[in-house]
Amino acid sequence: MKEVVVGLASCGIAAGGIQVYNKFSELLDAEKDETALKQTGCYGMCFREALVEIIEDSKRRTLYGQVTPERVERIVNEHLRGGKVIEEWIVKEEGQFLAKQKRIVLHNCGKIDPLDIGDYLASGGYQALKKVLSEMAPEQVIAEVARSGLRGRGGGGFPTGRKWESCRNAPSRNGTRYVICNADEGDPGAYMDRSLLEGNPHSVIEGMIIGAYAIGSSQGYVYVRHEYPLAVKNLGVALEQARARGLLGKNILGSNFSFDVKISRGGGAFICGESTALMASLEGKIGEPRPKHIHTTEKGFHGKPTNLNNVETWANVPLIINRGAAWFSSIGTERSKGTKIFSLVGKINNTGLVEVPMGITLREIIYEIGGGIPSGKKFKAVQTGGPSGGCIPERLIDLPVDFDRLTEVGSMMGSGGMIVMDEATCMVDIAKYFVKFLTEESCGKCVPCREGLDRMLDILTDIAGGRGREGDIELLEELGYAIRDTSLCALGGSAPNPVLSTINYFRDEYEAHINERRCPAGVCKELITFTIDKEKCNGCGLCAKNCPQQSITGKKKEAHVIDQTTCIKCGLCRDNCKFDAVVVS
Amino acid sequence: MGAVRIAKSDHDQIEYVIGSNGHSADALISILQDIQAELHYLPEEALRHVAKRLNLPLIQVYGVATFFKAFSLKPKGRHQCTVCMGTACHVRGAGRVLEELERKLNIKAGNTTDDMEYSLDTVNCVGACALGPMVIIDGEYLGIMNAAKVKNVLKAHGAKAARSGQRKG
Ligand SMILES: Cc1cc2nc3c(=O)[nH]c(=O)nc-3n(C[C@H](O)[C@H](O)[C@H](O)COP(=O)(O)O)c2cc1C
Ligand code: SF4
Ligand code: FES
Repeated sequence: MKEVVVGLASCGIAAGGIQVYNKFSELLDAEKDETALKQTGCYGMCFREALVEIIEDSKRRTLYGQVTPERVERIVNEHLRGGKVIEEWIVKEEGQFLAKQKRIVLHNCGKIDPLDIGDYLASGGYQALKKVLSEMAPEQVIAEVARSGLRGRGGGGFPTGRKWESCRNAPSRNGTRYVICNADEGDPGAYMDRSLLEGNPHSVIEGMIIGAYAIGSSQGYVYVRHEYPLAVKNLGVALEQARARGLLGKNILGSNFSFDVKISRGGGAFICGESTALMASLEGKIGEPRPKHIHTTEKGFHGKPTNLNNVETWANVPLIINRGAAWFSSIGTERSKGTKIFSLVGKINNTGLVEVPMGITLREIIYEIGGGIPSGKKFKAVQTGGPSGGCIPERLIDLPVDFDRLTEVGSMMGSGGMIVMDEATCMVDIAKYFVKFLTEESCGKCVPCREGLDRMLDILTDIAGGRGREGDIELLEELGYAIRDTSLCALGGSAPNPVLSTINYFRDEYEAHINERRCPAGVCKELITFTIDKEKCNGCGLCAKNCPQQSITGKKKEAHVIDQTTCIKCGLCRDNCKFDAVVVS
Repeated sequence: MGAVRIAKSDHDQIEYVIGSNGHSADALISILQDIQAELHYLPEEALRHVAKRLNLPLIQVYGVATFFKAFSLKPKGRHQCTVCMGTACHVRGAGRVLEELERKLNIKAGNTTDDMEYSLDTVNCVGACALGPMVIIDGEYLGIMNAAKVKNVLKAHGAKAARSGQRKG
């Protein structure tokens, strides 16, 4: 018996996975070929999507990458029917990519069919829930999670056991308590939460049920971004299937514990990832934070004690119950236990989702798992923590990655975005990018964040545009500290990080923009010029044809020239040139 | 723009959406999302109706409808073109792809062409960073984009704009 498994998470679909799946379904005859066609979530190797795995006799496995509908025919004829593996399409990086990872939370992602609860059950799913309901008191569950050292994966790193305990102990007149899963995933470079919900939704649901039992809650919510239609769909299917098996609803697995989960689709606002804003939004209100003199574990959703955890945090819970706190805390560093999932993206060869033990170095992630920087370019920095985080320069590449070390160097763990940057990335531009994002996402409730960030953006826009003045860097720093110290919520509180960290590590780049009106990385439009290398240009005329300004002239078969007075630096000439003759300086 | 009256069938649809979400104020965002999914925008009349049926002040409904990026108070074009401006796509040059689309369609992001053919919007990370910069047109994912590819992509999607609106400025 053979199995063909096609990766159909968002990344797989974007790379044409559905067409690949349909092609297999068209060509294969389930009986004659003795082959079952299945689908799965994200295996992490997004750089080789669409991925297809062939499993023979439940053990021999072959992983093909960049499969297209055209390639399916050959796979069917040669491999499935002819028994011959097609060497050149095998994903060769697999070994290197997986060697340093520790895939415990992602273990089933890219293996099981997320739409079939049977797959999850067969891999030991819901065993932790059974154990909890049959042999553990709520206090014991909380103690186990506390002992494991699990800290929240949503950014702050708050100890999960402690949060559960304060929610359980918070007074509630009618006993109502809520648990919520934060799947707002606002960091514009992170997608692990989506991947988990798409690829293994039951692990999150199981974690929530266990948490609800420990805390004493009978109603849960998953607050998920509306931009994640597939995650919403797979989660919805999973909830239905769990209900049908008595894993959700009244008297779960025959116990006297009842609990159910509703999905709430967020409206697409970064601030709604913040706990109090999220709860306001769940109540159908504008997502504005409130001061947190009283914690949400005491007065949260509808004024009731509410426990909010991130998707990845919840998915860790069944593992801890199954394998024990001692096992879990044997992974990681002194104060950061377990693993963390990162989305390794940007200027890196092996783009994808990686799960690593806490304490691994940036070098191991970038060079060993990630396979280094493409096109022979030089590594410059890595950005972690999203819009609340910072840029870590090359010289700190041996830094062990955990909550505290990242904070020490002026960045943070955040939700796990890891954006690799090479020498062609401008640090002023990156700072400007994040501040622009944050001005758009600031809810506008308090002055330092609303006005201060606008002002920072003005200054950064001036610097990037060659209008920077002496003293601008100091002004940015002063503003940054003021915004950090006086904003109401953590959005404003961490918003200056991208600016302060780039100033700290790449001050020379700011100075080049201000003093020499030069962008060393060749990114800031107003400071660069496009010219044509006479040696390389063979006069094909493609650039001239595509220039929206008609700024390029030249005779056929002779080197062309760009008129600098009309050029708008759109870069179309460079994108179109097949001979790399357009130079940016 | 309150002048646009919505059709009776749309009205029934809204009533259905409110009912299927249990007439509850908690479900306001879900209700607006469902209406947006049906009509591709939130007409004023729809907001007024929702406020009345949920017994909420119109200002709360309007506030929510304008606070979240998921909602549009303006009608959307027949084709939806979305550019990913997430960090990974940004460092790979998504900004220039967006600028080229703005030039070719002759609108700024967040707007719709006068002939109601195209709406151009941005989004943050669609989870396909490995293929960035990403552009999504009518649900089709187009990876590893650059400014030069925009022309053909629009052409393939039957863009009149690719022919008429390009020589500007
Ligand atoms: C502006 C802002 C955005 C946030 N976005 C998210 C998010 O998208 N996902 C998330 O899990 N936590 C986010 N957080 C953190 C949450 O407020 C909260 O700390 C977290 O969900 C708690 O879960 P944890 O303890 O499991 O980490 C955000 C915080 C702030 C201030
Ligand atoms: S810091 Fe910014 S996001 Fe937070 S409450 Fe103030 S204005 Fe809103
Ligand atoms: S940043 Fe564009 S797909 Fe992730």
